[in-house]
Amino acid sequence: MKNKRRKGYAGYLYILPWVIGFFTLQLVPLINSFAYSFTSFSILGSPEFIGLENYRKIFTTDPDFLQSLAVTFRYVVMAVPVKLLFALLVALILNQEIKGIGLFRTLYYLPSILGGSVAISVLWKFLFMKDGIVNRFLSLLHLVPLDWLGNPRLSIWTIGLVTVWQFGSSMILFLAGLKQIPKVLYEAARIDGAGSMRIFWKITLPELTPILLFNLVMQTINAFQDFTPAFIITQGGPMKSTYLYGLMLYNQGFKYFKMGYASALSWVLFIIILFFTGLSLKSSSSWVHYGDTL
Amino acid sequence: MNKKHVVVSKAISYFLLIFLALVMLYPLLWMAGGALKSNNEIFGSINLLPKNPVFSAFQEGWGGSGQVSFGRFLANTFALVIPTVLFTVVSSVLVGYGFARFDFPFKRMIFTIMLSTMMLPATVVIIPRYIFFSRLGWLDTYLPFIVPAALGCYPFFTYLMVQFFRGLPMELDESAKMDGCNSAVILVRILLPLCKSAIFSVIIFQFVWTWNDFFNVLIYISSVIKYPVALGLRLSIDIVSSNVHWNSLLALSLVSIIPPVVLFFSAQKYFIEGIATTGMKN
Repeated sequence: MKNKRRKGYAGYLYILPWVIGFFTLQLVPLINSFAYSFTSFSILGSPEFIGLENYRKIFTTDPDFLQSLAVTFRYVVMAVPVKLLFALLVALILNQEIKGIGLFRTLYYLPSILGGSVAISVLWKFLFMKDGIVNRFLSLLHLVPLDWLGNPRLSIWTIGLVTVWQFGSSMILFLAGLKQIPKVLYEAARIDGAGSMRIFWKITLPELTPILLFNLVMQTINAFQDFTPAFIITQGGPMKSTYLYGLMLYNQGFKYFKMGYASALSWVLFIIILFFTGLSLKSSSSWVHYGDTL
Repeated sequence: MNKKHVVVSKAISYFLLIFLALVMLYPLLWMAGGALKSNNEIFGSINLLPKNPVFSAFQEGWGGSGQVSFGRFLANTFALVIPTVLFTVVSSVLVGYGFARFDFPFKRMIFTIMLSTMMLPATVVIIPRYIFFSRLGWLDTYLPFIVPAALGCYPFFTYLMVQFFRGLPMELDESAKMDGCNSAVILVRILLPLCKSAIFSVIIFQFVWTWNDFFNVLIYISSVIKYPVALGLRLSIDIVSSNVHWNSLLALSLVSIIPPVVLFFSAQKYFIEGIATTGMKN
């Protein structure tokens, strides 16, 4: 196969648009934001070198930084695993011989299409406000209504539910993975008399780990940067309880136009994301199963 | 497992699936119903259907900011989304073809770099990009959306095309080459017609993502006359909090999700295929 491919430099011509885009819109900006992070820079003036001052401020005097970081961690650590757990469970149920699987797949996937839009954030506000329909349901069930958006201990979970609600796309991936597990593995296990729990832990889950890794990495990267729901639904409040990192970055960069400081913040986030991505990928050799099927 | 056991577990499965579907879709149905409710009825009731349907919410909301109508916001969104989608298709097809069908020095390394940019957090390049675009005079235009699309800055789609091209037999190229076709002719005449479903996946994903995008339009677009629906809707939140026509906010939200929802239901096959071939995103 391989040797039939065309050789020489013609291929460069086709990938040229990407090469230009990579240098001008990805690599150079990446380097620039690192360089800007050592400057004081408002969009009107020119950058002025101030050494590590931005980083010193972030880690010692900025009261928002630690708050925002804590909120973001809470959000990521809750939303991503719950979302993936839902996605996996529903995929497992759908993987049985279910009639109308196409319909269910479509319905569950629909929220992923709308997810980050302003319209859904508006809707969330209606659902979870004090006299919203979620509390209506709670009182119908004789449960105590909650202040979903006004209570600083609760608000970030309410925002996290927007993310969990969009489990459909990860579910589709799990479902595609489940379909690829060779039937013979299951047959062999049944002949050996393995029960269904044992089959799940010994066959299904190991075979799905590559997809689990992929979902985990991509969802974590995205969740660290989430913006719209917190911006629209709670504006980061109450008492900065939903002040996600993305909001802080937006405020510093595009509200106060402190481009140098915002660049430093973006690099701190970048390092955090790199750390988690690296951790997932590095640890994967011990928990991800690379069989010959995937 | 005996037969009875199987029937019971099936029944539980269906119950769970239906219950979950209802819980998940209830908010969307409630939004659709709420757009037809009177302002008072929105807060009082969990009913999906309005007691007395009214259409005033749409009329009130349609006025938009007073000067710029919501219809204009919708038209703006199409003006932003359509070229972005078209250029995404062109760049991902060209670059995907280059990676899938040619061998050139450092290809492996370059391809790895391309893939790893999928994991590059957008936030870390957003500030230099913004400064770059502002120096080019592109702020408050749709160019910050269209140009990155033309330059293949959405590696997900390039990867999707690479995967698809790899699935097409090389013999197609070989025989066309024998007939004297050059690589561009092979791409356009032979391969493109076979790529329809992959191209369709690119179109609908990029359409929906760009349609829903809020962060980028928030930073790049500043004049109301150029607002897409995402910003128009946010503007309506402010207007509604002063005139308290809450139902009109629901009506506008509903209108703003209709294009992606219609696209999704008419082309869901391609969404699912697209997401399953490359394995990605949100």
